[in-house]
Amino acid sequence: MSPLLTGRKAGTGRKARTGRATHTSPATRTSPATRAAQYAALLGYLVFLAVPFLWLLSTAFKPARELGSLHPTWIPKDPTLENFRQAFDEQPLLDAAWNSFVTAASASVVAVLLATPLAYTIARRRTLLSRLSTAWVVISQAFPFVLLIIPLFLILKELRLIDSRPGLIMVYVVWALPFALWMLVGYVRAVPPELEEAAAVDGAGRLRTLVFVTAPLLAPGIAATALFAFVSAWNEFFFALVLLKSPEKQTLPVVLTHFLGAEGAADLGPLAAAALLATLPSLVLFAFLQRRITSGLLAGAVKS
Amino acid sequence: MIPATAAERSVPEKRPRARGARGRGPRGRGGGDFGAWFLVLPALLPILVLSVGPIVYGISLAFTDAQSGRTEATEWIGLLNFQDLMRDTLFWESFRIGLVWAVAVTVPQFLLALGLALLLNEELRLRWLARALAIVPWAMPEIVVGIMWRLIYQPDAGILNETLRDLHLGNGHDWLTGLGTALPAVVVVGIWAGMPQTTVALLAGLQNTPRELHEAAAVDGAGAWRRFRTVTWPALRPVALAITALNFIWNFNSFALVYVLTSGGPGGRTRLPMLFAYEEAFRYGQYGYAAAMGCAMVAVISVLLALHLVVRLRGGQERGGEAR
Repeated sequence: MSPLLTGRKAGTGRKARTGRATHTSPATRTSPATRAAQYAALLGYLVFLAVPFLWLLSTAFKPARELGSLHPTWIPKDPTLENFRQAFDEQPLLDAAWNSFVTAASASVVAVLLATPLAYTIARRRTLLSRLSTAWVVISQAFPFVLLIIPLFLILKELRLIDSRPGLIMVYVVWALPFALWMLVGYVRAVPPELEEAAAVDGAGRLRTLVFVTAPLLAPGIAATALFAFVSAWNEFFFALVLLKSPEKQTLPVVLTHFLGAEGAADLGPLAAAALLATLPSLVLFAFLQRRITSGLLAGAVKS
Repeated sequence: MIPATAAERSVPEKRPRARGARGRGPRGRGGGDFGAWFLVLPALLPILVLSVGPIVYGISLAFTDAQSGRTEATEWIGLLNFQDLMRDTLFWESFRIGLVWAVAVTVPQFLLALGLALLLNEELRLRWLARALAIVPWAMPEIVVGIMWRLIYQPDAGILNETLRDLHLGNGHDWLTGLGTALPAVVVVGIWAGMPQTTVALLAGLQNTPRELHEAAAVDGAGAWRRFRTVTWPALRPVALAITALNFIWNFNSFALVYVLTSGGPGGRTRLPMLFAYEEAFRYGQYGYAAAMGCAMVAVISVLLALHLVVRLRGGQERGGEAR
């Protein structure tokens, strides 16, 4: 990181003198040919990114007749909501969404409650403990989930927590802890310790400082972490697949796979409609949070 | 982690901290005061009990004959599972597919993401749209990503075949069940699904590169490629290496995407190690054997990670030298 930092410092000094205008200096102005190539490339990326999603949208609103046609079209000639109705008829989507919501919300709240104090300690003190925790965060990313799920499955079976919501929540908490910790450490480091020191100089105790100075500054980061944990759990499939057996307890991603019949035979319309519905909450949350989540994940990565 | 520390070491200790810099905490303020353990234990206990513990248990299972529905007690069988594993051609095949898949996804994913990040770092119209679209694959449940691409790959009603027909490039193909096309088809989905995160990470790295250095290089007459090599890449390198390593691991261990696209078929052509281990454990109840597979996966990843760390460390030292 060091050249990066020194570079940035040298730059900051210059920027102060010459102002922001520098970045359109003639030397870096782009030629029209390069610009054209850039736009062509950007267009290619846009198509690559957008096409699958647009096709999902299109399929979700097509009547069965058009879905059966050998020459599918982009825009449904006769758009319908029939697929959504049928999707709700075929599978208990509402129950599944509720299961997903409760599981994800509980797991994310618990994970953040547990991770915040630890993250604070890691960020503010350089002890063996903080080094070990950071190492664990990294190592935990490398472990294939089979190595975690088989023992957890056997333990939860002993505890009679297979096929139960608390069991899945417990697993999700553990699964969410590393990245929650990761993000939160980054957010804590973004709070200048000088502020805490100033409060201490003014005579505030450790706890007072934490509650009245640090916590408010940290709140947006904590919220972003919680929502990211929520979205991750809402989207999670593997653990839910292994741990939940009875249909009425299954979460949305598992229920979605029921639309895919055996041997890939699927009712495309309802499948697309249900898939679209399952995505909406995460999309909405992410649209609001994307910047914070990214900065959090990266702050954790760059600053540890 | 380690590389960062290595880089730190090359920095003079008494560097004045920039005002309001997102500084690291005051160092060496001593451990034991104020109930540090009180803050730490609530998170540490579940981690130890539910994560470290199970992983240790999981590794130990690899040395037992644990199975579902056994009435007699589980026994230690030493390396027997691993010996079976060595002889299991299906496993080796799945392992090979896993490595091919991880490389085939990670490398193009990185290159495409780098390209997109460089584009988004330019002042182009429509870049907001690209940023907005990049959220979609990232926020979607993997299951939905899989379902979505199944709709695209549909032999009759899918848009891919329809486009090819329009272009007179063939008359429909069953991509996900064709022996030769299944793996490439899922690789494309893997690339699509992971590209946004990589792009966003690289973009953040790019935005940390001081523009002034670019301009200085341009004034000195450096072309675009030279500026990329001498200014952009050195600054981007740590982020790029970290994200590539993580992507590789995640891809090698991935499950949901391929599970919903092909379930490992046709004929095992897309059976990633995780799918294999999952079937072994939860379809056939061979817990011990599946745990041994997990251990083998960890072993390979550890070796690769170690190599990667060596590369990163060496890079850190070089750059530390340049900085002075």
